[in-house]
Amino acid sequence: MLIELQMILPEIVLMSMACALLVFDAFIPSERRHLTYLLAQLALLVTAVLVVASFPQITEYAFNRTFVDDPMSGAVKAFILVITLFIFFYSHDYLKEHGILKGEYFVLGLFAVLGMMIMASAGSLLTIYLGLELLSLCLYAMVAMHRDSPPASEAAMKYFVLGALASGLLLYGISIIYGISGTLDLQEINNYILYNSERLPMLVYGLVFIIVAIAFKLGAVPFHMWIPDVYQGAPTSVTLFISSAPKIAAFAMTIRFVNDAFMHLTPEWQGILIILSILSMAMGNIIAIAQSNIKRMLAYSTIAHIGFLLLGIISSQSVSATGVTGFADALFYVVTYALMSIGAFGFVILMGRKGHEADELDDYKGLADKNPWFALIMLIFMFSLAGVPPFVGFWAKWFVLKEIVATGLAPLAVIAVVFSIIGAYYYLRVVKLMYFDKPVSMTAIKATQTMRAVISLNGLAILLLGVSPGLLMTFCIEVMKL
Amino acid sequence: MESDRVIVVPRCLLRIINKKMFELIVFYIFAALLLTSAVMVITMRNPVHAALSLILAFFSSAAIWLLLEAEFLAIVLVLVYVGAVMVLFLFVIMMLDINLAKIREGFIRFLPVGFLVALVMVIVMGSIVGSGIIEPLLEERVYYGPGFSNTQHLGQTLYTDYLYPFEIAGAILLVAIIAAISLTMRARRDTKAQDPNRQVAVKRSDRVRLVSMKTEDR
Repeated sequence: MLIELQMILPEIVLMSMACALLVFDAFIPSERRHLTYLLAQLALLVTAVLVVASFPQITEYAFNRTFVDDPMSGAVKAFILVITLFIFFYSHDYLKEHGILKGEYFVLGLFAVLGMMIMASAGSLLTIYLGLELLSLCLYAMVAMHRDSPPASEAAMKYFVLGALASGLLLYGISIIYGISGTLDLQEINNYILYNSERLPMLVYGLVFIIVAIAFKLGAVPFHMWIPDVYQGAPTSVTLFISSAPKIAAFAMTIRFVNDAFMHLTPEWQGILIILSILSMAMGNIIAIAQSNIKRMLAYSTIAHIGFLLLGIISSQSVSATGVTGFADALFYVVTYALMSIGAFGFVILMGRKGHEADELDDYKGLADKNPWFALIMLIFMFSLAGVPPFVGFWAKWFVLKEIVATGLAPLAVIAVVFSIIGAYYYLRVVKLMYFDKPVSMTAIKATQTMRAVISLNGLAILLLGVSPGLLMTFCIEVMKL
Repeated sequence: MESDRVIVVPRCLLRIINKKMFELIVFYIFAALLLTSAVMVITMRNPVHAALSLILAFFSSAAIWLLLEAEFLAIVLVLVYVGAVMVLFLFVIMMLDINLAKIREGFIRFLPVGFLVALVMVIVMGSIVGSGIIEPLLEERVYYGPGFSNTQHLGQTLYTDYLYPFEIAGAILLVAIIAAISLTMRARRDTKAQDPNRQVAVKRSDRVRLVSMKTEDR
């Protein structure tokens, strides 16, 4: 029991600190609210240190195999915690500037992180579902938190209804799988499928519902309808959150399903994912061109990137059948995407000020004249998202494409490249607006020094990872080794 | 005729058959009731009637649970859902001013599409479920008998095998409370709440204004 408790120590610490913060926040006056923020950051930092300190070398189980501790879960948790540190940082400035700073934002954020960590190291269908619900509930509330804004309420409503529908589908799929195999344990389901292949149709019947739910949560076409509205309607700080860390958690959840439980159904889910991936890349990249709102544009860009991420999940499996890499390229993709996404949305926060959201593309006209340094940072984010060589976005795409060709799905790689080129158009348009257009207004950027420093750091990290992607990639391969 | 001869062996056999038959009959009655009331939930014009049908659906599923010897779950379903959740539900329905005409506005327009989707789903799902592959899954039911306590069994697994998920469920409920409070509570400026500090510190000049008026002439 003691060893088991030791294994979930990071989760326990995070949960205790979140609860303590909740009580603490109720007793401090609103003008000292930044203390809540600082303590939330401290909680994340302590948890991250614990995760790194107890980084698992082998796969271990705890609590009747409902909890898995393996290198992948350790890496995913560490990435989620670091990304959330950035997110809280950007959020704090945004919330303070717009006068909606509340302690609950950070408490719910911490609980969302807890949900993501539970998803990352889930050993049974039940744990996956509960982790996902914990995460989703926090996100619904965070979207709705800005109560005086009608778009935010509308976004929250849409997110909640569609999210509940997705959860229902997931539960339906889980109940079918449970009904057939008689177990919730992912590993046992895997064994069951191996020895009972005559029940394939019924298993696939359950699998389809689970994949649909995953697609809903990731936002792959045709289950993407909520993404643009939620991204645009939610406060930018929450959009930033939804678009980054939960994607890493959703990736981990997908791996738990498709690799841990349904490894012997690979051809089946691969076929479904290929369709989802192509549709996502096509719809995301083409519709993004028509957007004039940068948050909406980035929402469609997310959909396109999810298509690419699915490509990474499709490709690795065939290679790992011979036991080589596992899903390393997909992990690399989702982590670097999260880094770019918080950069881009963080930039929207940086440009905004009280009463003005800076979420129209026109707000970026002539930025290079006003502030050449920040125009350069935004250029890095946009180039990286588009996949232009010296930046890390290029390497992420490159590794995925390499794997997909090695899998023998070369036509898929061609499709991906074509849509990436189409997608480059709308990223480069932002660069064009910044560098070649006349500014509409000469209002200077109003942001704190630390905000400026962190967003510069974010941009430089993308540049640095792009110059030497080897280290992160080696790490990804190491943790995803099966 | 022949049954007279067989009676010796199987008094108990007869009883078992009867028991099984009876159980089947009860099951089908409640299953039919459950399905009918579930359909009524979505077809009733009056939302209050729909909520009442939902209560009936909960009752019938509780009865089915009782048949499966899961008496604790059956009782909890009635106590929690029928007793608490549905009462709240009815409260909300009665308090809200729901415009039915507006809700039903798109019904006819979307009916063909919805019907088509439903038809495709039914055909696809039916072809799989009906293909007979589900058949060998049905195993002989285990009867626990009268001495078996469902409550005890449930408690034991919940706090041992499912300890971790159980704790996560606790976290989810906490988040639900936080979310509900932070979304609905707001400091209103127009409330009539009293502040004792200000009441004590009040001065005469705050409350009473002495006005010297000229006496009016008769």
